[in-house]
Amino acid sequence: MKVTIKLFAFFRESRFKIENRDLEKGTTVGNIVDVLGIDRKEIGVLMINSRHTTLETELSENDILAIFPVIGGG
Amino acid sequence: MADKIFRVNMSTLTTSIEDVPKSWAGHGGRGLTSTIVAAEVEPTCHPLGEKNKLVIAPGLLSGTIAANSGRLSIGAKSPLTGTIKESNAGGTAAQILAKAGCKALIIEGLPEKDCWYSIALTPDSVTISEETELPGKGNFAVIETLSDRLEGKHAVLTIGQAGEMKMSSANISIKDPDGNLRSSGRGGLGAVMGSKKIKFITIDAKDGKVAIAEPEKFKEANRVFAKALVDHPLTAGLGQFGTNVLVNVINEAGSLPTKNFTAGQFEGHEAISGETMHDIIVERGGKPRHNCHAGCVIQCSQIYNDAKGEKLTAGFEYESIWAMGADCCVDNLDQIAEADKIMDDIGIDTIETSVAFGVAMEAGVLEFGDGAGILRILEDDVTKGTGLGRIIGNGTGSVGRAYGVTRVPVVKNQAIPAYDPRSIKGMGITYATSTQGADHTMGYAVTANILGVGGNVDPMSKEGQIELSRNLQVATAAIDSTGMCLFIAFAALDDETCLPALVDLLNARFGIGLTGDDVVALGQSILKTERGFNMAAGFTAADDRLPDFFYTEALPPHNVVFDFTDEEMATFWDF
Repeated sequence: MKVTIKLFAFFRESRFKIENRDLEKGTTVGNIVDVLGIDRKEIGVLMINSRHTTLETELSENDILAIFPVIGGG
Repeated sequence: MADKIFRVNMSTLTTSIEDVPKSWAGHGGRGLTSTIVAAEVEPTCHPLGEKNKLVIAPGLLSGTIAANSGRLSIGAKSPLTGTIKESNAGGTAAQILAKAGCKALIIEGLPEKDCWYSIALTPDSVTISEETELPGKGNFAVIETLSDRLEGKHAVLTIGQAGEMKMSSANISIKDPDGNLRSSGRGGLGAVMGSKKIKFITIDAKDGKVAIAEPEKFKEANRVFAKALVDHPLTAGLGQFGTNVLVNVINEAGSLPTKNFTAGQFEGHEAISGETMHDIIVERGGKPRHNCHAGCVIQCSQIYNDAKGEKLTAGFEYESIWAMGADCCVDNLDQIAEADKIMDDIGIDTIETSVAFGVAMEAGVLEFGDGAGILRILEDDVTKGTGLGRIIGNGTGSVGRAYGVTRVPVVKNQAIPAYDPRSIKGMGITYATSTQGADHTMGYAVTANILGVGGNVDPMSKEGQIELSRNLQVATAAIDSTGMCLFIAFAALDDETCLPALVDLLNARFGIGLTGDDVVALGQSILKTERGFNMAAGFTAADDRLPDFFYTEALPPHNVVFDFTDEEMATFWDF
């Protein structure tokens, strides 16, 4: 299945901004985070299709996954 | 030496230095400005008239070595909202004012003579002088001229042309450690200073120092406190990308108000994002990290250079960039930076003014995306005070009324900032119930709604939002009294050592025995004091709501409306 992955802030360093990937069914958000070599402890916000999600969630066809480190401002 | 109240009467052109009344002794920062405004200003008075007072107070910990404690509170009745107002900013003034032994500076009355004045404060004097050189000049000229004119280390508070013209969005600018400007931006306090014909205020602490009751305990508490700030993972991102790191996450969440609040995502978000801004700053030899006051360990400010490598602007914040960017559909960061610099120079709130431009675009005054048009109107109209310039300079509500627009994003006539309340409902509660009009800093529910800081509350569900906003508003009122930067709240929400260390700092500074519960009670009492002033000024529960269109126009991409009833909203005040 095709999934779009978007990375933000310092997660982009040595990785990418946006990439389309072909993934096996049953792939979870956590699997992708691990494959990308992102430390789970550094994660602040995860969204699928602009809604918050968790590491355990399984992705579906055409999902857009956004991965942010812990960030803030205001 | 005990701290004093410094009082300036512009009607009689006299000054006095007074003992601090007992009932004010435990207050600082916002708690003190609001207590004094509530005690001494008639709530129904005209904000630009003789009866309003401008009150300037450092926080309880300002002027000490405590990390991030250099924030200043300025209060008055707001000409923009008609409510009580506290506007909070960095710069060097809070620390120098505290070292000068000033608990608060109260400026009252209006001068009879049609001329401009300046005020100079030292530990043992406060004087009024006529000023002839700087009226009509922008804030950068004031800072430059005064650094030549004065010897020693001075704090400077100044108004630009907008304040002189008493525009309702005029701010008060405060010199930072490197001669840049920080702004007490919201609520038009620059117009109050302008009404009193004061162009600038200088503060020289001489060799004054803040007394610490228990120095060893203070040092130890500060070590724990600063460690909690530095260790919070959010601190790294703020230092690297500034507050503008938020553009992409708020856009991704579908909550970035776009094209005068008609959409929740902006096509040009990447071009104005914190990530892009960081790369431009590094490429052009600017500074991605910069502190707005000495002792800040977060350093979210920055110096943004133009394409030639010359400094263009500093303290380039998310809300300013969002307003000029997504809300006006301008995807050119250099144009936004240029506008930011002009607004700093003429001394006008970047949020209020840019949201006003969004409404003016909807009215057809200029096209959405016309960044060059914004720059032209800022220079030709707002700076010079033409009819159009004054309509825009008097804020978002003013533009809506002048052009008959109904989609006017304000609460109590103050522009709603960078988080759409339909898809971040906790912010809707804060905007509607805040004692100050729409203001994200009053109760930053983005934490649990979007960022996963201090827990998780579904941004599109009503559940838990009123309680979240209430807890944040209470905590914020207390933090704003300490002189601490609000960004300590991120660590305070997640690190259990942070708040006790802050209470220990207060106790060691004054030799007292506050508990965490006392700090909560302080926050609650400040909110009630402010609410009491507003009700006496004529506000009712009916004012605690959002504009109609938030309840009727669904916001893409989530297609949601704001759906709290007025009765539900009223339960906010059940404490």
